[in-house]
Amino acid sequence: MAKIVASVNVSHVPAIGAAWDNGKSGDSYWKPVFDGFDFSKKWIAGLKPDVVILVYNDHASAFSAEIIPTFALGCAAEFPPADEGWGPRPVPTVIGHPILASHIAQSVILDEFDITIINKMDVDHGLTVPLTLMFGQPQAWPCRIIPLAVNVVQFPPPTGNRCFNLGQALKKAVESFPEDLRVVIFGTGGMSHQLQGKRAGLINREWDARFLDSLVRDPEMARRIPFIEYVREAGSEGIEMVMWLISRGALEKDVREVYRFYHVPASNTALGHLILENKSFQK
Amino acid sequence: MSNDTLRREPMEGFDDVPGTTLFDAQRARQGYHVNMFCMSLMKAENRAEFKADEEKYLRKWPMSDEQRAAILARDWGRMIELGGNIYYLSKLFSTDGKSFQYVAATMTGLTQEQYAQMMLNGGRHIEGNRSKSEQAWKDAR
Repeated sequence: MAKIVASVNVSHVPAIGAAWDNGKSGDSYWKPVFDGFDFSKKWIAGLKPDVVILVYNDHASAFSAEIIPTFALGCAAEFPPADEGWGPRPVPTVIGHPILASHIAQSVILDEFDITIINKMDVDHGLTVPLTLMFGQPQAWPCRIIPLAVNVVQFPPPTGNRCFNLGQALKKAVESFPEDLRVVIFGTGGMSHQLQGKRAGLINREWDARFLDSLVRDPEMARRIPFIEYVREAGSEGIEMVMWLISRGALEKDVREVYRFYHVPASNTALGHLILENKSFQK
Repeated sequence: MSNDTLRREPMEGFDDVPGTTLFDAQRARQGYHVNMFCMSLMKAENRAEFKADEEKYLRKWPMSDEQRAAILARDWGRMIELGGNIYYLSKLFSTDGKSFQYVAATMTGLTQEQYAQMMLNGGRHIEGNRSKSEQAWKDAR
């Protein structure tokens, strides 16, 4: 059967993609950011996932204000990088896994998650920046990728609890797929940041650390964090962190913290990164 | 009502967070044409048309005079107050050749250099920035 064995949680700051694409990854400003992923690149190369389920949010690239799905699962064969106003990022086209994705869609809908099925979609920096950080610059991404877009732009996003429950439904869906596939789930966005208003530039190192700790050790607490706490403590755009609850919900109760990295600043944002493996998983 | 459908998230209380505008359903409705105008700038030919005559291009969008004025003045804070959202507005400031950091700085009243330095120093601190009522209480003492 297919199995989700680990999660990769990581911020998806667009400036990271721009720095990489413009050859600035060795600059003094960006080098510490990219160095923070040296371990992660080796870890994922060793793990060799067949499929990544990539939870991210679209930033007014594929969806605009016309249609705003709360959860949208990419079931297409491929997803080209989006032109976000300065040309598409020079990264490989994302190759999907339509058979597994359609199976997941069917399974989670029967479990009462009324997910939107997407058969045509461009993917923006929210999806491609985490791939760059984890895989560098290959000719083709080394695995199939199933995008799961979550609305966290227009308030309210899905609750942390709802996200966690969706993660559990994804776990069940993947485990009912007959083919032996090793799956890793990515939760992206965050950590503390605010891009608007007089409070722009907000960073809350202590809260971010507590959030990471609770994801590892006390997800029952993490899934109950109310919106107001995200907005107040982690900034209006810090709300993206509800997506990390989806990836946590897709793992088992007991996990191993494999790696953690935290760096301020990445442009306006506190960059956070956390790799978790199911405790039962033996490589 | 079963526990499954019990609402756990209040929609109140967000106004107490200082210097923050929540992009909720009502603001999204108010800012719909501002945001859709921004989306149109994802196409090169639209960017060229906008740059050639901004006022004329903006007349194609049924937005309020206030919204139009804020766009022409590149008053980013005002655009947010009038229903613009930063991710949509990013299409406009990218057309201008500006960055998220530049726009964030203008909304805080800092120069871009001061803002960038604040970020290098660890960002805006949370202490004193959690709550308007907390701020008012401190100011009164």
